[in-house]
Amino acid sequence: MPIIEIRNLSYVYHPNTPYEKKALDDISFTVGKGEFLGIVGSNGSGKSTLIQHFNGLIYPELGSILVSGQDTRDKDFREQLWKKVGLVFQFPEKQLFEATVFDELAYGLKNMGLAAAEIEMRVDEALKSVGLEPEQSRKRSPFSLSGGMMRRVAVASVLAMKPDILVLDEPTAGLDPEGSSHILQAIKKFQQDKGVTVILVSHCIDDLILLADRLAVLDQGKLLAWGLTRDVLAQENLAQYDRLLPDYLKMLFDLKKRGWVINTGLLTVEEACQEIAKILRRDGT
Amino acid sequence: MSFKGIQIIDVTKYYSSGQNQLTWALKDINITMKPGEFIGIAGNNASGKTTLARLLNGLLRPSRGRVLIDGLDTCDHRQKLEIRRRVALVFQNPENQFISPVVEEEIAFGPENLNLSLQEISRRVEEALEVMGLKELRLQAPHLLSGGQKQRVAVAAALAMRPDYLVLDEPTSMLDQFCRHELIKHLHVLNRQQGITIILISHYMEDLEKADRLVVLQKGSLIADASPQEIFQREEQLTGLKPPDIFRMAQLLGKMGYNVDCQITTREEMVAYLCRLSKSVI
Repeated sequence: MPIIEIRNLSYVYHPNTPYEKKALDDISFTVGKGEFLGIVGSNGSGKSTLIQHFNGLIYPELGSILVSGQDTRDKDFREQLWKKVGLVFQFPEKQLFEATVFDELAYGLKNMGLAAAEIEMRVDEALKSVGLEPEQSRKRSPFSLSGGMMRRVAVASVLAMKPDILVLDEPTAGLDPEGSSHILQAIKKFQQDKGVTVILVSHCIDDLILLADRLAVLDQGKLLAWGLTRDVLAQENLAQYDRLLPDYLKMLFDLKKRGWVINTGLLTVEEACQEIAKILRRDGT
Repeated sequence: MSFKGIQIIDVTKYYSSGQNQLTWALKDINITMKPGEFIGIAGNNASGKTTLARLLNGLLRPSRGRVLIDGLDTCDHRQKLEIRRRVALVFQNPENQFISPVVEEEIAFGPENLNLSLQEISRRVEEALEVMGLKELRLQAPHLLSGGQKQRVAVAAALAMRPDYLVLDEPTSMLDQFCRHELIKHLHVLNRQQGITIILISHYMEDLEKADRLVVLQKGSLIADASPQEIFQREEQLTGLKPPDIFRMAQLLGKMGYNVDCQITTREEMVAYLCRLSKSVI
């Protein structure tokens, strides 16, 4: 059984006002347990709206969402749902508010009613998961940290709650390549070690190609493609949405348009070069 | 003084982080930017990029050294307004600068404060909407737009001020590939057609590859100031930043024994080259 099931989901913002906007249009797909799903889409494609449905911040108006087989609209399920699904917002460092890193991470755990010893343990574990040394960072003010470090603290505060499903909205936005890869590796490791389901939203497919088991591609509220990463990249119709693709993939699609028989389901520049060389050699013989 | 352009002379900037501790953001920086140039500034987080941007319109003042805008010293209070008229700054997080509930009003806010005629204000608003592709969103509320749309509104608002120098602090961090490409293209058009000097901060090398010059900062020091192509070649100077895909492909194919022209920087050029190559091997 899939851990999340999205059935014919649509969502309209501010219906019957001048600001009316259809954000999601008849979306259906599933997320398997323990899977790493990447959701890609351009600006305004409905990515953030979609994921806010997963932990019940938004309830479906048309269609439905099942988490572990239960409808998110089910009132008796809500409290469980919030614990099950951890959501890391865009720019989560903006929500930091405690005086120390320890208190920041402990805040959610205290609200869950956990014992002090358990809280201590979870805080340290979560800090380590994102590559922060508990001894050095516990007592620091989160506001004395750099942007990248603040981001890691904010992510850790959600990890500490041990959600079954971790949803992250653009966790690398504004970070440099080094900071990005730090966060992404930490999330990947968390998924692999803990068997947690991870859903990562990004406008930058580069972030996801090497990490995600599956990709879901959104455009203007519609689901364009969904499947295993390589399969999605190999899809012919992806070429028309080249606004999402990194340059090397765009180039492969260009070659295809020019009549090359070339596989576009490739994950790196290196793979692309090897594929090109293979074709050139084949043509030569 | 008649010098036109921006002079950053021996600039050092530190912040006090309490208890007599200083955090160094920039150390002995010297950069001269000529009018009409398109300058890329790259560097990792905490390299001093944002500090540099804020020094350029006097939002911050150097701890040591001088920043001169067309000869006007940013430390001179009497010149503050004139400097800010000439140098527009687009912040990293566009939400930090929104003040209006409607996109077109947001863009009109700056010009309104310049005491311009109504016609002139609406002309500038139209132009900015047009250039940034925001016409359809003109009556929307900025805070309800997506991240990328917000960034475009922020740039449009700066453009409506008709600055001589436009400083953009990671304006593409929230944009998808397409919007990024469009924004960079717009900036080049502004640069060429209106002669606006563009100072673009980014850690995406794709954004900066067509800049006239690329300045690389690392931990507050200037470690490179040359053409983007030159700097991409010297990977150690990129300090972990990733050269553009096409550049990497050209290098990899070169290593595989294909004779790739080092002038190839765009996708179109690479496709044309590979197609020629495949015909010649057939």
